[in-house]
Amino acid sequence: MSDERKTFTLDGQDVEFTEGQTILQAALASGTYVPSLCYHPEFRPHGSCKVCTVKVNGRTTASCTTPATAGDTVELATDDLKDLRKNLVQFLFTEGNHFCPSCEQSGNCQLQAVGYELGVVSGHYNPLFPSRPVDASHPDVLLELNRCILCELCVRASALVDRKHVFSLSGRGITKHLVVNAESGRLADTNLSVEDKAMSVCPVGVILRKRRGFRVPIGERTFDTHTASEIALAGARGPTEDGAP
Amino acid sequence: MVSDLEKAKDPQKLRRIAIDPVSRVEGHGKVTILLDDQHRVHQVRLHIVEFRGFERFIQGRPYWEVPVMVQRLCGICPVSHHLAASKALDHVVGAARVPDTADRVRRLMHYGQILQSHALHFYHLSSPDLLFGFGSDPEQRNIVGVLAAYPDIARQGVMLRKFGQEAIRITAGKRVHGTGSVPGGVNKAVSAADRDELARALPQVLDWAQQGVRLVAELHLANRRAYDEFGTVSSSLMSLVGRDGKLDLYDGVLRARDADGTLIFDGVEPAEYHTQLRENVRSWSYMKFPFIQSRGADEGWYKVGPLARVQNCDAIGTPLAEAARQELLALAPGRLLHAPLMFHWARMIELLHAAEMIGLLLDDPALQSGTLTASGPRATSGVGIIEAPRGTLIHHYEVDSQDLVTMCNLIVSTTHNNQAMNEAIRQVARQHLDGHEPTEGLLNHIEVAIRAFDPCLSCATHALGKMPLAVELVAPDGRVVQRLVRDAESVG
Repeated sequence: MSDERKTFTLDGQDVEFTEGQTILQAALASGTYVPSLCYHPEFRPHGSCKVCTVKVNGRTTASCTTPATAGDTVELATDDLKDLRKNLVQFLFTEGNHFCPSCEQSGNCQLQAVGYELGVVSGHYNPLFPSRPVDASHPDVLLELNRCILCELCVRASALVDRKHVFSLSGRGITKHLVVNAESGRLADTNLSVEDKAMSVCPVGVILRKRRGFRVPIGERTFDTHTASEIALAGARGPTEDGAP
Repeated sequence: MVSDLEKAKDPQKLRRIAIDPVSRVEGHGKVTILLDDQHRVHQVRLHIVEFRGFERFIQGRPYWEVPVMVQRLCGICPVSHHLAASKALDHVVGAARVPDTADRVRRLMHYGQILQSHALHFYHLSSPDLLFGFGSDPEQRNIVGVLAAYPDIARQGVMLRKFGQEAIRITAGKRVHGTGSVPGGVNKAVSAADRDELARALPQVLDWAQQGVRLVAELHLANRRAYDEFGTVSSSLMSLVGRDGKLDLYDGVLRARDADGTLIFDGVEPAEYHTQLRENVRSWSYMKFPFIQSRGADEGWYKVGPLARVQNCDAIGTPLAEAARQELLALAPGRLLHAPLMFHWARMIELLHAAEMIGLLLDDPALQSGTLTASGPRATSGVGIIEAPRGTLIHHYEVDSQDLVTMCNLIVSTTHNNQAMNEAIRQVARQHLDGHEPTEGLLNHIEVAIRAFDPCLSCATHALGKMPLAVELVAPDGRVVQRLVRDAESVG
C-alpha cells in the first residue's frame, strides 16, 4: 500500500521516511541532527568521511549512503558511536595542517563547527604535519591543500555542475591527495573560474577567493551565530562564500 | 658603550647565579650573574631563552593572513602586531592612506591596546615592587598582595585594563587576537551602541588615569634620588613622532636623539628605517641587538618606549597628558631623563593620553560609518611602523606576484631595548649586588630594572635562520679539543 507510513527507529524513536530517502536525510527531515562533512543536499551522497556513521540492526554503516528501510533499528547517539565520530574528526585534524587561529575560514569552517558540536577540544593524536605546498598560481583563487579532508565535494561540483573536471583525487590510503586537471599540476593552468560551483562547496579552507580573507567580522561569520546542527537542520548546507547561512 | 660586565675574563672560576625565569614580565627570560668568592660581580646577562621564528614561517603564506597570524606572537599586545602588519600591507595593496573610518577604528583599537597594556604592566606587574619595596616579602610582592593592602589601586588597575580590552573587542571582534584590521582598512565600523558603552565609562577612566599619574609621581618623588639612580645608564632614544612633531602612537616618522638631546635623525619615513638601523647578534641570546648605524654596533644602542616617546616628541596633543608631561620634564630642565624607573611615570602619562584619545575618537563621526577599505596599484613590499606599548615596532614584508609573502622582518619593541635592559641590570648589579651575599630581595632588584622596560620576551625572538649553536669537546684537564660553531649569520 503506497500510503502506508514507513518508519524505522532512531535511538528508540520512530522516524518516518519516504521512499528513496537515506537514513541521514530522513533523520534531518525529522529534526534529528546527524553530523557529517562530505554530505551536501545538492549532490548524491558520497560516504567518504564516515562522520555520519550509525549502526543499523547492529552493523555500522554511513547513514548518508544507506537507504532508510522500514522496521530497521538505527543507533545514532550511543556513547561508542559518539566516541567513534569524535575520533574520526580528530583524525582529520591531525592528518592535515589545521591552524584555526590564523585560518581565514575560522568561523565559516564546517570541520571546525562539527568539531565543536562533537566536543573536540584537541587533536588528541600526534599530528602528522604533512608537507603540502600552497598553490597560489591562479590569479583569483588560492588552493590551500594543507586543509583538505578529501570529501570530494569540489570534485563532484566541478564534474557534475561546472562540467569542467578541474579537481580529482590521486593516490591511495594516507598518500591520497587532491590534484588539479593540468599537466603542470598548477591551478592556473586549469579552466577554473571564481563563478564555478566548485568554489563554494569546500567545507574547510582549501579553495579560497584571494584577497578576501577576514573581510567578514567576528560575530557575523556563519558559525558565530549558528551551530553546525542548526545549519544542517535548516536544510542549508554549511557555510557559503559570504559567510551567510 | 657596551659594558665591561657583558663578558667575564675568566668565567670558569666564578660562581653562577641564575634568575630563571624572570618573573612578572611577558614571555620567558633569565638573568645569569657570575660572582667571585668576594661576591664581586664579573658578568651579568639577560638571556632570552625561547625561540619563536615567525619571520621564517610566515614565508609562503598569503599576505592577507599575515595580520591575523603574526599577532599570535603575543597575548598581551597582539593589536600592535595586528596593526603594524596591516599598515605594512596597506602599501602592498596600494592603500598607503586608508579611509577615514578605517583610520579611526584602527586608532581606537590601538589606544585601547595602549591603555590596557600599560594598566596591566603598572598595576599587575610593577606596582608591587613600588608599593611594598624592591626587597620586600615576596609573598606579598604581587598583585594579590596589592589587592589586600591597596584594594582601590588594584581595582583601578583591573578596571582600566577592562576598559581598554573592551575598546579592542568592539573594534577587533575579540579582546585577544581579533580580526578587525585587514590590508587596506578594517572589516567593520563601530556601532552606536558600542560607541555609547565606551563613552559612558570614559569619565571614570579619565579620573582613574589621572590618579594613576599622581600615584606614580608620588612614589617616584618620595624616593627620588634612589629612583633616579637605579640602573640608570644614558643612551640615545628613538621613537615614532607625528608628522607635526607631536606624540602619535599610531603613525608618523622616526626620530632619534642623542643622550644629551641632540637629534641624530628626524623625519625618517618608515620605509627608510633600514637606512638608519642595523641589527647585531650575540651568541648567548636569541634576541638581536639593534643599533643606529651611524653610531656603530657598540655605541649605537638606544632606548624605546614611553620614556623615549614623551621626551622625543615636541608635545602631546591632549591637554591632561601634556600637563603631566610638562611636570615630568620639569624634573630635569634642558636634559633628558634616562632612569629606568622613570619609564613608569611616562607610561602612566601615556595611559592618560590614550584615554583622552579614545574620548576624541568616540566623538568622531567617521568612527561609525564610511568606506572601510581602499586599494590601488599593487606594490611588492611594505613597511609598517607603530608605537606599541613597549616601544617602536617595525614590520617589513615582501610579497610576490602570486600574493605570497617572500620576506618578513620584525624588529620588535623589546628587541630595541635589549642592550638598554642589559646595561640597566649591569648597573643595578654594580650598585646593589657587588660585594654582597645575593639574597632573593637583592636579586629582585635586577628584575625591577628589567620590569621597568616592560619587556615582552615572547615577541622579541625571531632570529632568521637556524639557532646559533656552539659545541665544544673538552678534555678532562679543561683543554678544548674540538669546537664547532654554527652562528645565525652563516646558515639558513
